[in-house]
Amino acid sequence: MTVPYYVPPEQLMKDRAEFARKGIARGRSIAAIEYADGILLVAENPSGALQKISEIYDRIAFAGVGKYYEFEALRVAGIRHADLKGYAYAREDVTAKGLANAYSQSLGHIFTQDVKPYEVEIMVAEVGLEPIDNRLFRVTYDGTLYDERRFCAIGGQDEQLIALLEERFVEGAPLNDAIRWAKEAFDAVEERDIAPDGWEAAVVDRTLGRRTFRRLGAEELAGA
Amino acid sequence: MIADGEGLPRDLPVHPEQSFSALLRARGAEPRWELPAHAGDLGLSEGTTVLAFRYGDGVVMAGDRRATAGSLITHRRVQKVFAADDFSAVAVSGTAGVALELIRLFQTELEHYEKMEGSRLSLDGKANYLAAMLRRNLPMAFQGLIVIPLFCGFDPYDGTGRLYSFDVVGGRYEEIDFAATGSGGREAHMYLRGAFRPDLHEADAIRLAVESLVVAAEEDSATGGPDLRRDIYPNVVVVNRDGYREIDDDAVAAVSRAVMENTP
Repeated sequence: MTVPYYVPPEQLMKDRAEFARKGIARGRSIAAIEYADGILLVAENPSGALQKISEIYDRIAFAGVGKYYEFEALRVAGIRHADLKGYAYAREDVTAKGLANAYSQSLGHIFTQDVKPYEVEIMVAEVGLEPIDNRLFRVTYDGTLYDERRFCAIGGQDEQLIALLEERFVEGAPLNDAIRWAKEAFDAVEERDIAPDGWEAAVVDRTLGRRTFRRLGAEELAGA
Repeated sequence: MIADGEGLPRDLPVHPEQSFSALLRARGAEPRWELPAHAGDLGLSEGTTVLAFRYGDGVVMAGDRRATAGSLITHRRVQKVFAADDFSAVAVSGTAGVALELIRLFQTELEHYEKMEGSRLSLDGKANYLAAMLRRNLPMAFQGLIVIPLFCGFDPYDGTGRLYSFDVVGGRYEEIDFAATGSGGREAHMYLRGAFRPDLHEADAIRLAVESLVVAAEEDSATGGPDLRRDIYPNVVVVNRDGYREIDDDAVAAVSRAVMENTP
């Protein structure tokens, strides 16, 4: 009879976390910044077709870094969750809090139960009817859920980005200011000027009516 | 059906053809009405006249506000014309309860597709999908729960407004000029046949839509004309290059008053 090789659970979790963290560190970061009318999400993304930022529901946006197919699966699952809930109950019953909790549950389950953990970190942003009601959640590879305010960042360079945004952030600033801060922070972290068409950016903006999600074009970003 | 804390639906991987309805079906949550034969005896509300036609910039769609059960008026302020998405509109006649649920499902379906794929369905794609939904509804049609919609929208590929009519088996018919359905649909259709001109301006198109409904209401007891005393006016919407737009109540009220004064 062979005795199964014993791995202490602490070690197992540590190995898994290290594996996931390595995968995420390779990915380019995404930042979210609150501005007067909503929340801005910005990423460096040379691909115009494969998107990291997308619409989940009327007031909710999603952003993911890491392995594309993994956060894409999470995006799709999020849209299903939101549409099912909105159809079963009412549109205003779909909230970022409920969605972030569901993501947290799923990622936590995958981290402990699946063959390999997801190498992703995601963000869920919800624009409130008033600025005070904005919600910004960050969920890590192991399902840990963080409730953020004002701004946040995910991905390999998250800490540097947050430090740079901290220096610039002003409450209730217009969208153009937020775009400028994001561009400055990314350029500084990357130590180069990112090309005008190398950005991916979107907002959830409370002035846009029922569906608040809108992508920002290259000219709009360049003009800020 | 969905509760917080149960995580996300884990029926991955994703199949591109997987629609929102398929998702509902997989969860046993698709709307279904199981009825014995002759559900007509239940006294269900019926929505009546809706119409759509082309004008210079796109399409206009309108509907009266009345719902009836037999000779009773059951509702006076029913909405039968809706935005399907930002560039199309849908109107329904038939059993109101079933029709309104069908619309809600259709709207969710279009938005679901748009978010999943990152682009809108083509106008033909939307019309075909609506036809497929009607086909699935056929067993209920045999039980008396009949729904007949009209669908219209702006096609960005050829830069014109287009409209479609349907039948209970999911037949989809693209119309060139105008279409009307519901109990007063025939009267509205007859009126449009005489009064319709291609390339109308928006204001004239709105007036023609209201006139057609007024004529239908004059002849058909189940169609409600503008109710000046209660301030109830038809729903009128336009879809053109700029997208879907509802004509506001005050504007429709003014047109309705003018039309009513000129009605013999």
